Amino acid sequence: MATEAPLTQGTLPREGGRLLGRWGSAALEYTPALVLLVALVGLWELLVELLNTRPYILPAPSAIWNALLDKGHLLPNHIQATATEAVLGLVAAAVGGVLLAVLLSSIPLARRVLYPIIVTSQTVPAIVLAPLLMVWVGIGLESKLIVVALVGFFPIVVSTVDGLASADRDMVALVRSMGASRIEELRHVLIPSAIPGFFAGLKIAAAYAVIGAVIAEWVAAKEGLGIFIIRSQASFRIDQIFVAIAVIALLSIALFVAVHLLARAASPWKYANDQGENGS
Amino acid sequence: MSEAAIAIRGLRHTFPGDRPVEVLDGVDLEAAPGAFVSLVGPSGCGKSTLLQVLAGLLAPDAGESLIEGRSTIGEPGLAAYMPQKDLLLPWRKAIGNAVLGAEIAGEPKEEARRHALDLFERFGLAGFEESWPSQLSGGMRQRLALLRTFLIPRHVLLLDEPFGALDAITRREMHQWLQEVWASDARTVLFVTHDVEEALILSDVAYVMTPRPAHMAARFEVDYPRPRLPSIVTEPGFVADKARLLAALDEGGTG
Repeated sequence: MATEAPLTQGTLPREGGRLLGRWGSAALEYTPALVLLVALVGLWELLVELLNTRPYILPAPSAIWNALLDKGHLLPNHIQATATEAVLGLVAAAVGGVLLAVLLSSIPLARRVLYPIIVTSQTVPAIVLAPLLMVWVGIGLESKLIVVALVGFFPIVVSTVDGLASADRDMVALVRSMGASRIEELRHVLIPSAIPGFFAGLKIAAAYAVIGAVIAEWVAAKEGLGIFIIRSQASFRIDQIFVAIAVIALLSIALFVAVHLLARAASPWKYANDQGENGS
Repeated sequence: MSEAAIAIRGLRHTFPGDRPVEVLDGVDLEAAPGAFVSLVGPSGCGKSTLLQVLAGLLAPDAGESLIEGRSTIGEPGLAAYMPQKDLLLPWRKAIGNAVLGAEIAGEPKEEARRHALDLFERFGLAGFEESWPSQLSGGMRQRLALLRTFLIPRHVLLLDEPFGALDAITRREMHQWLQEVWASDARTVLFVTHDVEEALILSDVAYVMTPRPAHMAARFEVDYPRPRLPSIVTEPGFVADKARLLAALDEGGTG
């Protein structure tokens, strides 16, 4: 039937879809995932009930919910601490990553010397680094921030370097023919070309930022979801650990979505033709 | 102003590589200030290479390349250059692309913008000032690239097949329009094309290049009175000149 519809109708639903908003279509898009999630949680509840699993081994979702209601008032401070570390660490990773990417891209010697070291640095797990940083910098915000930044800067550097290399050489030549300096070449062509790559890297970094902060808190901290997990574990409150896991997941998703929206705002030309999500 | 606006002397260039390509083999060219000079030649003969040298983007193996007496070798920015591809920056709206060259040349932003907005109508781009390049048609992109080149504050324009991507009708309009614009602002134009008719309609002087490795096969003075209307192409004098130019092209090809 749809093929027989008059031409004008082809544009109307589209307009309508745009008016109903991104949220309407997004809700529709994620419905299957949500259904699956609910089904899995239901199955979990059922299995715990049927197998009569001890709550200190695996609590039921309902028990986790009760733990949230019971101890929820403790969470805001921990969430704030972890979120602050994750966001500031991500900002540090972004700033450091971009500066390093520009350095690597513009000076071949720097690339030859630094790139292998940067890659090697990624073979050292954050969990090993964290205790050292506590010793060197103390157990405050700084050490957590450094762990998050170290985890996050690598994907940012790699994808920004690729983005800078993807710049159209003819475009660079064009602005050069206009008398542009190296800085102007960077500003008008290279950096805008690298924006999509930079955000691709930033998204990966964002996905790991919260977990990086939690790992750092495990080692030593006064506040944060990591220390909340350690304390829950010490008192065999497995249900509370699951509460923390859920909060960590939600925080990570929120950060990821924030970066996605930032990417959209920073590259409006990619979405100019209303191609939706294709652009990123 | 006895000095030539554009002067090329004994230009030679070979692109290195496993199989080196000898492109320019002693090319000479001169354009008087304010003249409209065309460069006609077969595809791949080195016209674009010549323009890149004049734009300061390519250092030739030998020879001189001067814009208003200054060597362009290692010195970009002496002329306004329009490459064959439109090369619009996707992250700038139409108006932003239009003012790019003026902005880099140091013109105040507001002034460049005002200047550009005045010309959007003439370039058939009115109403598209705030569009992204990806939203424009091929012809519009080409005209925007031309507009951007015109807004670069330089006395010499280097245009590499600016109308190559346009259909015949738009092209005829653009010829009329380009003559008007050129007559009103007294700039020197070096216009690369492989269309003999286009060269004759627009030019004061038309150079014909040989195939690679290129040198100049012929130089024609074109002195029809201006303005030249589209109907000029059917006049006997024009037809005869066109035949001579085509003959020069063919001769260059075999000789």
